[in-house]
Amino acid sequence: MTTSIKKLPDIELVLSGNGACGGCPATMALRIVGKALGPNAIMLLTPSCSVASMGMTPKLGYNWPCINITFATAGSSSSGITHAVEIMKEKGRLQGELPTVFAWVGDGGTYDIGFQALSAAAERNDNFIFFCYNNEAYSNTGVQRSGATPRGAFTTTTPTGKRQPKKNMAQLMLEHNIPYVATATVAYPGDLYDKVVKAKNTPGMKYIEILAPCYLGWQFDMPDTVQMSRMAVRSGAWLLWEAENGKISFNNPSSLIINGKKGAAPVDEYVMKQGRFNRLLKSPDAASRIAEIQGDINRTIDFMRERAKITI
Amino acid sequence: MKSVTKAYRPISWPMLGAGGDTGSWRTHRPVVDTQICTKCQICWVYCPEAVIDRKEITIDYRYCKGCGVCAVECPTGAISMEKEE
Amino acid sequence: MKAAQVIMETGTKAAALAVKSARVDVVPGYPITPQTSIMEAIAAMVENGELNARFIPVEGEHSVLAAAVAASATGARVFTATSANGLLYMHEVLHMASGGRLPVVMCNVNRGIFAPWTLWADHQDSFAQRDTGWIQYHCSSNQEVFNTILQAFRVAEQINIPVMVNFDGFAISHCLMPLTIPPQEDIDRFLPPHEPEWRLDPAHPSSFSNVTMAAEYAPFRQMLSDDIMASIPLVKQAAQEYQDITGMWDGDTIDTYRLEDAEVVAFAVNSMAAELRLSVDILREQGVKAGLLRPRLYLPFPTEDIIDALPQNAQVMVLDRNYNFGHPGGILASELKSVLYGRRNDITVKNRVIGIGGIDLTRRFMADEIRAMMDE
Repeated sequence: MTTSIKKLPDIELVLSGNGACGGCPATMALRIVGKALGPNAIMLLTPSCSVASMGMTPKLGYNWPCINITFATAGSSSSGITHAVEIMKEKGRLQGELPTVFAWVGDGGTYDIGFQALSAAAERNDNFIFFCYNNEAYSNTGVQRSGATPRGAFTTTTPTGKRQPKKNMAQLMLEHNIPYVATATVAYPGDLYDKVVKAKNTPGMKYIEILAPCYLGWQFDMPDTVQMSRMAVRSGAWLLWEAENGKISFNNPSSLIINGKKGAAPVDEYVMKQGRFNRLLKSPDAASRIAEIQGDINRTIDFMRERAKITI
Repeated sequence: MKSVTKAYRPISWPMLGAGGDTGSWRTHRPVVDTQICTKCQICWVYCPEAVIDRKEITIDYRYCKGCGVCAVECPTGAISMEKEE
Repeated sequence: MKAAQVIMETGTKAAALAVKSARVDVVPGYPITPQTSIMEAIAAMVENGELNARFIPVEGEHSVLAAAVAASATGARVFTATSANGLLYMHEVLHMASGGRLPVVMCNVNRGIFAPWTLWADHQDSFAQRDTGWIQYHCSSNQEVFNTILQAFRVAEQINIPVMVNFDGFAISHCLMPLTIPPQEDIDRFLPPHEPEWRLDPAHPSSFSNVTMAAEYAPFRQMLSDDIMASIPLVKQAAQEYQDITGMWDGDTIDTYRLEDAEVVAFAVNSMAAELRLSVDILREQGVKAGLLRPRLYLPFPTEDIIDALPQNAQVMVLDRNYNFGHPGGILASELKSVLYGRRNDITVKNRVIGIGGIDLTRRFMADEIRAMMDE
């Protein structure tokens, strides 16, 4: 059973009055992550919205020790921290329980510039949690395309809509044979909380990707952030799943879609609500381009359904 | 370990309001109708700013940015967004 | 008292043994010729229990230094090593280490830069990192590599600035020379455990390197600049105390040979400077009053010590194993001229670029070069 809202811990590691935009889904998610990890953790960030909004020197809006490091290196830097705490503990220079080491990185720092270091850290199975908060673009620099931007979406570097589908990043991480991979999104905080707790209690490399609908980048109304997250899941554009030691299981409501118990909502409603698809909807080939978006979603659903059957 | 650090290293320290009094960003303020509110805590869990008290369902307006997510998500319609003066 | 141990070892193994003696905690590494055997030796020592540390086999040099920086911020004593293009690939993170005031120590085994491809030594790689805010030593023997790594940790941890220890590929890295390993208790006396006054610590949460406005940023950069200059007395003190404890001396900021009465001064770094001592002897036999001034420190540039050491009216023959593109000649000559200007107008500086890409520099060849330069 998913942990209910009322059972979530009181503790707040994200402090009120930080510099994030109102309605920021990354901050929303990080609050839940904080409740699962607690204070005994070390946070690593690379340039992204969360760095821009965490407070300027000498002010800090999070209640963890944090390090902001070079964009390409979340994977390797996190390895440095986790090996350092482990050896210092072994040598008796650190007392108490080992802190959880976690990277909090945007989709650019995960899918694109940070991919090499992340892949290598996963291959080494170094002991930390890598969180990707995925707002499907370089939102911090003013919304440019990333490897996570879905086909058809407008960004400032895809002025007529992106022509390529996004990577299936969580699945790529799964193929690194790491002990835990999960996807989540802000509309399902209990699901996210449980996944982070599971990751915290699993030694080795963990990857959790959180879909974070950004109202600025996606161009919808700020109060609808959670609604948009929910629609992404109901349309099948975002699948909630986790894999423990390579065995995939789907979480509600994505499991219903995968099992065919409930059809995914047509993508149209989800797309129509986002300004980033506007130009595409107004183009003469709108119908075929929406069909392409739907095709990408269907293909991923079919692929993941079949991939989940492989458990060896 | 000595808990202080010399100023030559770029260190920051946790505090409320690291981004200032972010309540000043609001154009609309969420107002809770306590007659309708069931204290289900849904507003609390989705608040990105951690400004809602989960027991009393009161809002810290010093930092609330007025995003309105709480009002949209409230299942009983107990939160309304009122224009700031 | 235990006696020192004398063995025959290569330069890279000397570096690895210094890392062991320094009781390093974390070593991220990635192979590149001619540095690779440092990492191989450290990986083996960690594996067989000789060195109680973590070796992290990272996927590239940029990540190597990022892992080193992060481990250092966590409070660990950290070492790594690289060469040539590996060092260039680290460039961004070099700034992160110095700006973040993290006392990482790194060996750079000097090698010419791609393109075209070369495996052999010159000094373009380390000198190209001049403006990254690292302290840079350049060493001329295996023993000096060993001694300097220990001194580097001491200086780095005293002033919270990373230190690069450079030595030549092959001529030092792969050549066997006698190596004296002082007793561990002597080394422990020289290099106390690393106790940083700040680290990433959940009991005292604080954040490292948030966005900084100009009013805060500028003073951080000024302090880094000031403290790099302020490291010179610490470098001297480290060399002196290392000598007091171990009896070994390689020079402090500079090393000199037959300099006092010299009229012609060879000026160079690394292995060619070791060979130049023999060139000086040849020149003396030929009746030339020759001497040698070898900067051990390239950064901070040992301005005052050089100005004090140069004899009156000397001709200084700067032998650069690098190019200062856009200027005639090499980088060391430019640096030297800039510090002498207006202070030692009696000195004549002449410059040759030699030994690029590992061209062999023999005592006879360099003596002949210096003689030729005297006639220019």
